[in-house]
Parts: sequence; C-alpha cells; structure tokens
Amino acid sequence: MKLIRHLMVAIALCVAGSSAQAGEVEVLHWWTSGGEAKAAAALKQMMEDQGHTWKDFAVAGGGGEAAMTVLKTRAVSGNPPAAAQIKGLDIQEWAKLGFLTSLDDVADKANWDSMLPPVVSKVMKYEGHYVAVPINVHRVNWLWVNPAVFKKAGAEVPTTLDEFFAAADKLKAAGVVPLAHGGQAWQDATLFEAVALAVLGPKDYTAAFVEHDMDVLSGPKMVEALTKFHRMRDYIDPNSVGRDWNVATKMVINGDAAMQIMGDWAKGEFTAADKVAGKDYLCVPAPGTQGTFTFNIDSLAMFKLNDEENEKAQKDLARTILEPEFQTLFNTAKGSIPVRTDMDMSNFDACAQKSMEAFKSTADTGGLVPSFAHGLATTSAVQGQIFDVITNFFNQKDADPKATAKSLASAVQSAL
Amino acid sequence: MAQLGAVSQATPRRPRVRLTQLLERLLPKLALAPTVVLTLVGIYGFMIWTGALSLTSSTFLPSYEFAGFEQYQRLFANDRWMTACQNLAIFGALFIGFCLAIGCFLAILLDQRIRHEGMIRTIYLYPMALSMIVTGAVWQWILNPSLGLEKLMHDWGWTSFQFDWLTDTDMVIYTIVIAAVWQASGFVMALFLAGLRGIDGAIINAARVDGASLPRIYLRIVLPAMRPVFFSSVMVLAHIAIKSFDLVTAMTSGGPGYASDLPALFMYSFTFTRGQMGMGAASAMLMLGALLAILVPYLYSELRGARNA
Repeated sequence: MKLIRHLMVAIALCVAGSSAQAGEVEVLHWWTSGGEAKAAAALKQMMEDQGHTWKDFAVAGGGGEAAMTVLKTRAVSGNPPAAAQIKGLDIQEWAKLGFLTSLDDVADKANWDSMLPPVVSKVMKYEGHYVAVPINVHRVNWLWVNPAVFKKAGAEVPTTLDEFFAAADKLKAAGVVPLAHGGQAWQDATLFEAVALAVLGPKDYTAAFVEHDMDVLSGPKMVEALTKFHRMRDYIDPNSVGRDWNVATKMVINGDAAMQIMGDWAKGEFTAADKVAGKDYLCVPAPGTQGTFTFNIDSLAMFKLNDEENEKAQKDLARTILEPEFQTLFNTAKGSIPVRTDMDMSNFDACAQKSMEAFKSTADTGGLVPSFAHGLATTSAVQGQIFDVITNFFNQKDADPKATAKSLASAVQSAL
Repeated sequence: MAQLGAVSQATPRRPRVRLTQLLERLLPKLALAPTVVLTLVGIYGFMIWTGALSLTSSTFLPSYEFAGFEQYQRLFANDRWMTACQNLAIFGALFIGFCLAIGCFLAILLDQRIRHEGMIRTIYLYPMALSMIVTGAVWQWILNPSLGLEKLMHDWGWTSFQFDWLTDTDMVIYTIVIAAVWQASGFVMALFLAGLRGIDGAIINAARVDGASLPRIYLRIVLPAMRPVFFSSVMVLAHIAIKSFDLVTAMTSGGPGYASDLPALFMYSFTFTRGQMGMGAASAMLMLGALLAILVPYLYSELRGARNA
C-alpha cells in the first residue's frame, strides 16, 4: 500500500510539473541530415527561448515514409503531434479528414496573406483557412554546371533545349558524361518536369499537371516533351540505375560529369565540398525554363490538440517559423530560399539570391508553377501514377512517346 | 470459509480429483489459447479486414465507403501491376524450377559418400543463413556493370565482355532469379539430402542385383520416393517467391523504371507511400488468391494421396 501511495504522489507530481510549464510542442520531421539537422536545432532553440518544451519526433528512413506511417497511427488514435512535415496536396487530404487546426488568428495578426505569394498560400489553406505553415521554397528547375568541364570540351552553357543537346554532343565527344543523373523514379520525374516545362510552357504545364487536362496530357506538345526527354538518355551514363541524387551531384563536383538538373538542395553538396558558386560551379535555370520557377515547399501542418497550453505553443511555433530571423537561419542552412518575399537577402549566396529574384518576378508573370515531382501539384496518388509512366518510359530503350502520352493521360485519369 | 471446509470434509477428495482432471484436460487448450487467438486475430482477422478494405474507396487512411470492385478494376487497368504479375510468374517459375533442379542434383552428388561431405554441405547451405538484404546488396555489386563482373573482365583485358542485365529493363528480372537461386538452392539440397538418406538401402541394392544402371535407379526409384521432399520444397519456395520483397528492394528497388517490380513491392508502395490503401488491399487479396490457387489443389492432392497410401 505504501508503495502505491508513493507512486500516486510521484505521478501527481509529474502531472503537476508538466502542466505548470508552458506548452509542449511536438514536431514530426525528418530533417536529420547535416544542414537540415542544424536548421531543426535552430527552431528548437527558438521555441525553448519562448519558454516552451520541444519534443523531437524524428522518424528516420526513406523520405518520410516510415514517419508517415507512425503519424497515421497516432492521428487515428487521437494523439497527434502538434506539427508534422506534410506538404503539398497531402495537406488538403489531412484537412479534409478533419485532423488539422485553423491558424487564422496567427495568420491575421502577422498578415501572412500579404507576405506570401498567393500560389504558396493556396497550398497552405483549406477552404480559406490556414492549416499549415510554409517553411522554405526550393527551386527545382536548376541546371548545375561544372564550368571547367565545359571549357575543356569547348561547349557553351545551354539556355535552350537545342543548345543543351548541342553542348551535350560536344561533352560526350570530349569523353565526359554530359548529364549526371540517378535512375530513381523521382529523379526521372524531376528531369521530365524540367523538359516538360520547357516544351509546354507554364500555362500548358499547369493545365496538364495541376488541372489534369486530358487533351494537354495526351497532346502533341506532350509527345514532343517526351521525345526530348527520352533523348536525354543518350547523355546519361549507363550505370545511373538506382544512383542517389547526391552521388550524381558528386560526379559534377569531381568533373566526371558536366551538368545535373536538380533542385537547389544540390547546393548543399557543393558547399560541403568547399566549392564556390559562380566560380567552381554555376547555377542556371534548366534549359528552356528561364522566366519560370518550379517550386517545392516544405511545410508543417498543424494538428488539432486537446491541451490549451500545447495549443498556445503550437501557435507560437507557427508564428516563429515565418519570422525573418528563423527564415534566414533555416534557409541558409538548408540551401533553400525564404518563403517571405519581403526578406533581406544579403546573407544568402549568389544562387539563392538569383532564386529569390526569379521567385518574386515569376509570381507576377505567372511563371511560378508547382512541382509535380515533389508533390506540390497533385495528390500522392496521381503523382505516383505519373511517376510510373515516366520512369517506365525513360528506362525503355525504344519506347513510343505517342503511346506513352496516351497512357500518361489514362494513368492520371485512373487516379483521380 | 467454515462452510467450504464443511463441504470438502463431507465429500472428501473427490472435487480435488475432478479439479486436477479438469485442469489436465484444459491445460493444453489453455496453453494453446494465446497462439490460437493471435493467429485468429493476427492472420485471419487482418485477412478479412484487408478484404473489406479492398472493397472500399480508402485512400491514405482506411475509410468504409463501399466502392464495389472498383479497386480491382483499377488494378487490372494498371500497367505496373501487370508487369509485377508477369515478373512474379517468371521469377516464381524459374526460381522454383532451378532451385529444385540444382538442389536435387547437388544432393545426389553429395550422396555418393564423398570425403569432406560435412564441410561441403555447410558451404552450400551457408547462403541460406544470409539475410536477403545482404544477398541482394552483394549480387547488386557483382552484377553492376561499373563495379562487378563486367568491370573485372574489362580490367583483365576482355573488353568486349558485356553483362548488363541489371540495367536492362527486359533482363533485370533474371538477375533476381540468379540471386534467389544462389541463396535458396543449398537449402533445397539439404532437404533432398535428408530425403535421400531416408531411402532404404535394401531397395537400391535389390535394383542393382536386378541389373538396373545408376541413372535408372535414381530416375525410377529414388526420385519418385522423394515426392514428400518435392512437396515441402515447393511449399517453402513458392511462398518465398510470392512474398519476396527484400531481395528486390536491395538489388534494384523495382527498377530500372518498374521493370523488376513484384506484387509485394507494389502492394507496399500503393498502401503505404502512394496513399491508395484500397488498391493496395486489392492487390494483397489477389496475392492471397494466387497463393491459395496454387497451394490448395496441391495440398489437397498430396494430403489425400498420403491418406490413401
């Protein structure tokens, strides 16, 4: 009996202790590698400075697949974390099921509507209410160039797809791999996305991959995009199957390959190898996609909580994320750019500054389009279907672009 | 207490006997109960649940909105599923066939009372001790044109040598067969060897006396006697083939493209990463169906045969 009484007292003290503190904020994320971990630590520090407790809920493994499974179980059992790294159209799915909380009071106070470009805030809102906070913007349509290799081969850095193929021929003749690539479905899709955007232009790109217009998906321009995309196979080394993106980036760094089309997270690899932007490597828009910007946004979706204190902490988290101080700290560490367009960019490197300029200008011209390869344009079901068709097409030696365009349309249709 | 004591005094010892008898009768059932419950819930319960989910429009969380056979229709319209099924047919047939042939052959060779048999047997059996992930990773290195066999041959001066099945969409499934056969044939060999040792030497000697040649003895007497071994090997190999997941994940992760996809990989990716739980469940049910379609008639004929014999 005595033991039980002791235990009860201990438990009561624990409960009292935790409720006496300010709220606890539990964040599910998979920022576990190098620069990302540093960025997450910065957020933790800022939350603790405000008197809240930070509870890390990092589940390692495969682009968050394992983490999502854990998240589903916890959400269904009524014990979700305060925030989880969910992005793109999946935010809408979670909100539709009624799991997410409204952040409108925070958003109104800080005037998020004026800070964020409408394309971005559209992704974060469900039925007009903010349910998620954008953290950063990645530009996906970058071409990473090793200028020394280009010089040796006597080739020009391409700005159009035709120039790309001309340069690639020269590079191939000089004995280097023109395009570093990893044969994984999402990388195939990232490459195709850049080619499709160049051929289709932002308007038809949106029609095809956001609005799922069947005529555009199976139309002649899509056939042309697929044909050009397939031609890129000739400039990739045969051992690319299953290669990770960062290994491909290392090929560009080492001069084994001349170019890579990849989002700006590739910059982290260059920085880690002590390379300087503009000198050792160049970042230019992917060929034919000047004046457009495919965005990939990381965001934290906010779950409905029962505890008032924790809810307060959650709101503070939402507010902190969009404050300039955190935006600078996080994005310089991760290689992306701030999601706010009113930021001072002097602390960022040349590539990020170029990216920010393009982000602002394309937001006005309509060249700012969501990346389907990274889940910003479609639900994961449609995205998966597109991936299947694209990666199957790209890996076949003699695939038929016309038939593929048709099957692309029917694959998308089947997942709607 | 007093009352109870009075009762037990009035009818001495009998209830206790009954109690122990009851306990004796119940004990095996009690001991088995947790396993039975676990099996019922953990296997059959979830089978039924998966079957139910396959008839709903579940996306990334289970929902119970009835959708009829829509998920199955979508599944059969899906090219990737068809490729996965085709791959399973190729993989399953070749894997089981080669494993049986090689395992049986090795067992017969080992059965010739050779020296160091124990050591050789261990060597052949060892691959089975490896995890499929390890097997997959190692074979991926061996077959990778820029790392393994092809590079070795090129370095040795045979520059026209080409073996790039791993990166060839049409041939990649056969590389998985190679790795799987390497891993499992030693195990089949062990099963066959045990079977061969169980055959009565007198029968073979009698055949010898009758003037039968050695190949004839094996074809006509030994192999037919190995029917139960064939049976258990096929059972084990068939379910290794159908559930095979880790080997493909480690070797190709279904690539290039989805050329080496298998139903198990398909099921996982649709249920857990694509947010199409309904379709994933439908594919799981079809896998179950395929397994039953092979195993039930086989089990039936084997077991009936055994009972008649």
